[in-house]
Amino acid sequence: MIAPTTEAELSEFLSDASEPVRIVGGGTRLELGNSIQAKKSLATSGLSGITLLEPAALTLVVQSGTPLKDVQKALNEVNQQLPFEPMDHCDLLGSEGDSTIGGVVACNISGSRRIQTGACRDSLIGVRFVDGMGTVIKNGGRVMKNVTGYDLVKLMAGSYGTLGVMTELSFKLLPKPEASASIILHGLNDEHGISALCKALGSPNDVNGAAHLNDETLIRIEGFSGSVAYRTEALKKLFSGYEISVETNTNKNNKLWNSIGNVSVFSKTKTSIWRLSVKPTSGPKIMETLLKSGIKAEAQYDWGGGLVYLSVPDNINIRNHLSDIQGHITLLRGNGGGAEAMPIQSKLIKGIEEGLRKKFDPRNILNVGIMG
Amino acid sequence: MEMPIPSAAVLSKKSHIVRRLNKVLPAESVISEEHETRAYECDALTAYRCLPMIAVLPETTKQVSDILRICHEEGVPVVPRGSGTSLAGGAMPTADCVILGVAKLNNVLETDYDNRLIRVQSGRTNLSVSGAVEEDGFFYAPDPSSQLACAIAGNIGMNSGGAHCLKYGVTTNNLMGVTMVMMDGEIVEIGGNHLDSAGLDLLGLICGSEGQLGVVTEATLRILSKPVGARPVLIAFDKNEVAGACVADIIKAGVLPVAMEFMDRLCIETSENFANAGYPDAEALLIVEVEGSEPEIQEQLEKIIAIAEKHNPIELRESKSEEESAKIWLGRKSAFGAIGQISDYMCLDGTIPVSELPYVLRRIGEIGNEYGLKVGNVFHAGDGNMHPLILFDANKPGDLELCEQMGAEILRLCVEVGGCLTGEHGVGVEKRDLMFDQYSHQDIEAQLNIKDVFDPKWLLNGAKVFPLISTENRRAA
Repeated sequence: MIAPTTEAELSEFLSDASEPVRIVGGGTRLELGNSIQAKKSLATSGLSGITLLEPAALTLVVQSGTPLKDVQKALNEVNQQLPFEPMDHCDLLGSEGDSTIGGVVACNISGSRRIQTGACRDSLIGVRFVDGMGTVIKNGGRVMKNVTGYDLVKLMAGSYGTLGVMTELSFKLLPKPEASASIILHGLNDEHGISALCKALGSPNDVNGAAHLNDETLIRIEGFSGSVAYRTEALKKLFSGYEISVETNTNKNNKLWNSIGNVSVFSKTKTSIWRLSVKPTSGPKIMETLLKSGIKAEAQYDWGGGLVYLSVPDNINIRNHLSDIQGHITLLRGNGGGAEAMPIQSKLIKGIEEGLRKKFDPRNILNVGIMG
Repeated sequence: MEMPIPSAAVLSKKSHIVRRLNKVLPAESVISEEHETRAYECDALTAYRCLPMIAVLPETTKQVSDILRICHEEGVPVVPRGSGTSLAGGAMPTADCVILGVAKLNNVLETDYDNRLIRVQSGRTNLSVSGAVEEDGFFYAPDPSSQLACAIAGNIGMNSGGAHCLKYGVTTNNLMGVTMVMMDGEIVEIGGNHLDSAGLDLLGLICGSEGQLGVVTEATLRILSKPVGARPVLIAFDKNEVAGACVADIIKAGVLPVAMEFMDRLCIETSENFANAGYPDAEALLIVEVEGSEPEIQEQLEKIIAIAEKHNPIELRESKSEEESAKIWLGRKSAFGAIGQISDYMCLDGTIPVSELPYVLRRIGEIGNEYGLKVGNVFHAGDGNMHPLILFDANKPGDLELCEQMGAEILRLCVEVGGCLTGEHGVGVEKRDLMFDQYSHQDIEAQLNIKDVFDPKWLLNGAKVFPLISTENRRAA
């Protein structure tokens, strides 16, 4: 394991590197992605610490190896937060350790609030990284409106380390909400649950959590207490005639939405776990297709129905049954019937991606093969 | 403005290229006579003009593909064009180019309220996207001030912002998918009606690439439920610094107004003389707008007013009606036009960290004095995106050049304090030569490498964004 403590050290190591490496942050998401051919690991843990936190500008600049919990603690103290609510994969993947902010960005990890405030890539406003030749590159900066040159910031988010090892990241922050409420509809099947979520999201109530599991349909709103109270009533009215309960305790709400974000419902199952990003109304149709094929699948829906986590018995590749869906499918855990973990791309897109990787990592040393 | 020397080889085969284009396009879609191509000689950066060799106005993605394939085979440079409202010269032609205008591609292809998305052809104007869903209570959030005219294609090219992006983000945050034609004519689907990318975030890369990586013909956009209402409050101060501090305190308090606009004395006075909005006599003025239902608006305004009062404003005017709201916005919305009435001006677009506002405003004043040119400031204060307006006289020899030098100095100042050259207008030709002030050679090389992948012959809008010297060898290859 190599663990450079400065960007310069990292740059030197990569420019001299002669064999493939696996990039490791906190080690909580090693299972994500296709298998990597690498004997050596390169840790970002030595690149740690907050460079700048400016609450009046809603701005954070942080070293990539900084544990996420340290970032969250610092933001908590100024009553702000990362807008995109990154999930913790430990429960689901059975992993241990502290996730790093760099790992979150590399996998573009976003939680329930993604439907309102955007994904990790939307809050990321600047990045410094070292490419496969050891060259230090920066893009974006610390301001939230910036169209100077190409947006490599977005490209780096979700690139799983294949284009470079990130060293420093800048984020746009949001204030922490004063109050929250979860409106829970009971007894709806998947189809009716998702259609209720569509209705809630299509109303002017600023819904920022919309999930469905175990016949419960959950709608979250956050903000100033008066506003939350007003919108709670508006949503209750919108769903009059439904069986409704409301949770307004902030701690309980945090716990509830953490368990949704972390997909705790499937943490103990001995199944393959799949993650699908689709059009919200397609979610229930996917379940229907699988059940019709005799596959015992269970689903948790988030993002109003557009993010579907499926628990499916091992040895089944659901892609074979869902060849005509629009969107993408990732295998997170289990053997998935021998399926590749990462989504399958069209030939044209694959060609562009390979072209880009050749430019940033011409010697093929960074997380080789992880994205397929 | 320095542009590459037109290729004699390309110019000499103009009639051959016109013939080939005529085979794949309706006759009226190929424009090659000088009196007709004149309409395409510039965009909204009117100081720079150049007649293109040919202009084409395709009606389908297939036609765009045919055009690009022909230009690719013939080695002809292509400049994509939305509505031609770029303030940075993004659609400025070269003499040997084909202007590819997407204006005829303006249909709505699909609206889906359940999934909160709309799919449109890229030549559709920004405002008419919202127009298509407005009656059903939805809107498309990015609202550049040219929204009446500007096309979605150009919005994607420049990653356009607007006054409301503090809450809703800019184009890239509201774009879900595109159909794009590559320079060799290949048609590629990127993203779609789901969230986030299956692999590398190519959609994020394309948005803001200034038409250099491909020509977008269709786009899937996120639409949102319209808020119940919105209301502004006007707050006037006797010092810029105090207005800046007030902005910072509002943000720190956890209020996220949908817009927070700043005007300085020159802009206040000029727009007041022009529009009679009833603005007070002040050094600095903030317009802070919040939205939601009536009780939510009240709750937010109370917090904002409590904060503002701690900064001893010389006037604080809360709108009590639609008319009063319109009047508060009137002066701000008239600001550019009002300045335009009294003088020629150049509009800058740098972004700075919000905390640097007071320092940067002071420095801009000093720079103006050094150059002997007046400068007004009107901008989106919440996100630090400044729009200094430098006043000059286009008829006075040397004044434009002086103004450009001063503009460059202000933009360098923005970079120096941790900001950037352009927040929402794009680099185009206007800020091309300042790129090395923000980026190192390695940073630029990484961007050039990306263009190599999408457009190896560097035919698509190749004279923009990067200093010509840094792209010379690639364009010649």
